[in-house]
Amino acid sequence: MKRRGFIAGLGALWVAGCNKVADSETGSKLLSAAQDWHQGAHRLLNNREALAPEYPRSAISPTFRGNGSTDPQNGDYPRHAAEGFANWQLEVRGLVETPMTYSLENIRKLPQRTQVTRHDCVEGWSAIGEWTGPQLSLLLDAAKLKPEAKFIVFRCADDYKGLRYYESIDLIDAYHPQTILAHQLNGEPLPIKNGAPYRMRIERQLGYKHAKYVTAIEAVASLEGIGDGKGGYWEDRSGYQWYGGI
Amino acid sequence: MTKHALSTRLWHWLNVICVVTLFMSGLTISNAHRYLYWGDWGFSPSMAWYAVPRFPNWMTIPGRYNLAVARDWHILMAWPFAVGLLFMWVAMLANRHFQRDITTTRDEWRPKAIWKDIVEHLKLNFEHAGGKYNFLQKLAYGTVLGVFLPMMIFTGISISPGMEPSFGWLVDLLGGRQSARSLHFIFAWLLFAFFVVHLVLVLLSGPIGQIRSMITGGKTHEA
Repeated sequence: MKRRGFIAGLGALWVAGCNKVADSETGSKLLSAAQDWHQGAHRLLNNREALAPEYPRSAISPTFRGNGSTDPQNGDYPRHAAEGFANWQLEVRGLVETPMTYSLENIRKLPQRTQVTRHDCVEGWSAIGEWTGPQLSLLLDAAKLKPEAKFIVFRCADDYKGLRYYESIDLIDAYHPQTILAHQLNGEPLPIKNGAPYRMRIERQLGYKHAKYVTAIEAVASLEGIGDGKGGYWEDRSGYQWYGGI
Repeated sequence: MTKHALSTRLWHWLNVICVVTLFMSGLTISNAHRYLYWGDWGFSPSMAWYAVPRFPNWMTIPGRYNLAVARDWHILMAWPFAVGLLFMWVAMLANRHFQRDITTTRDEWRPKAIWKDIVEHLKLNFEHAGGKYNFLQKLAYGTVLGVFLPMMIFTGISISPGMEPSFGWLVDLLGGRQSARSLHFIFAWLLFAFFVVHLVLVLLSGPIGQIRSMITGGKTHEA
């Protein structure tokens, strides 16, 4: 018992030291700088267009776990779900020359990309699914991004624990060939728990970046003034890294 | 006991800070999803080969459950850890510490010699070999420097989805993303085991002198 107490004391001392460093201004700057170093290293070592692995259909996992919101009950969502999303509208707006509005039918008529990819949750689990949808680049090019646009923000329909979900990525990931607006999982319409009618697939980043229940795709020059300004729901709420490639 | 090179001493203490912080923040990350899988995917207890126990707050950084802060620490310390290990390998090869003190000879691998070394350890006699380190020490340091520590980096890179487009071969080599994650946890605990044995042996072999020589370099004895 005594020895355990000694080790626990050492552990507590180390934890206290780390807390002190994290609370200091330099310490917290250093902690958030580390994600930029990783992102820089990832961009340096990977080609911008390098693809995340794609698997054969036989690798698809038996079910695809739903996480976060799995059945939104706020606003119009339950009504849209009951209608099979027949009247769901997706807007492409913000810093674009031609704002656009798409119905689910319009989205299905666009050229599609199908990819069997792995979803990695920040908590550590993975699942593999086959996703189908138009590439985000197609929608952005149709609306013509203005030169000031630096980030793409995804607006979502779900309030999760009382806050509206949203996410954002930079233009390198937005124009990545595997970044798609998925409306099918394993050849079927996307289930509600996985984000019906649309979810983003940002294949080189962790699951919390893959916004579900997307209502609008918005081009912006800066992430300031959106939510708490950190670029996403979990970034604002819990301090997750904006760059989810680590 | 011969002198420890300055590079060895600097790296040793930098590495202590990195490894302890990485380990303790890693335990928070382990608490986030306590199941380990083999292959590419896995997401529920029924698929797991092992359910890891939940670690108490005094073992984790930060001292409460906060995955974002734990990841911040883990991601920050990965840099001095990886760069430090590279530095240590370059220094060790350049100053011939590796060839001179850590590589083993064929004679040392004879079962009789290994047995003798084990017996001497059990008698708590650690100064029984001609060189700087005895056989078991060489084996332990060589394995930690050459396998355990590099494996932490390779498995860590493999868990990172942003690195996989260029390092997919590494993920495949390790048996898939979830296998790489399992191996990351296994090697972390192997390092923990080394850490415990290392500390115990320091305590048994005169802790004041050992710690002093790892700080100042220590004295050179002529054989």
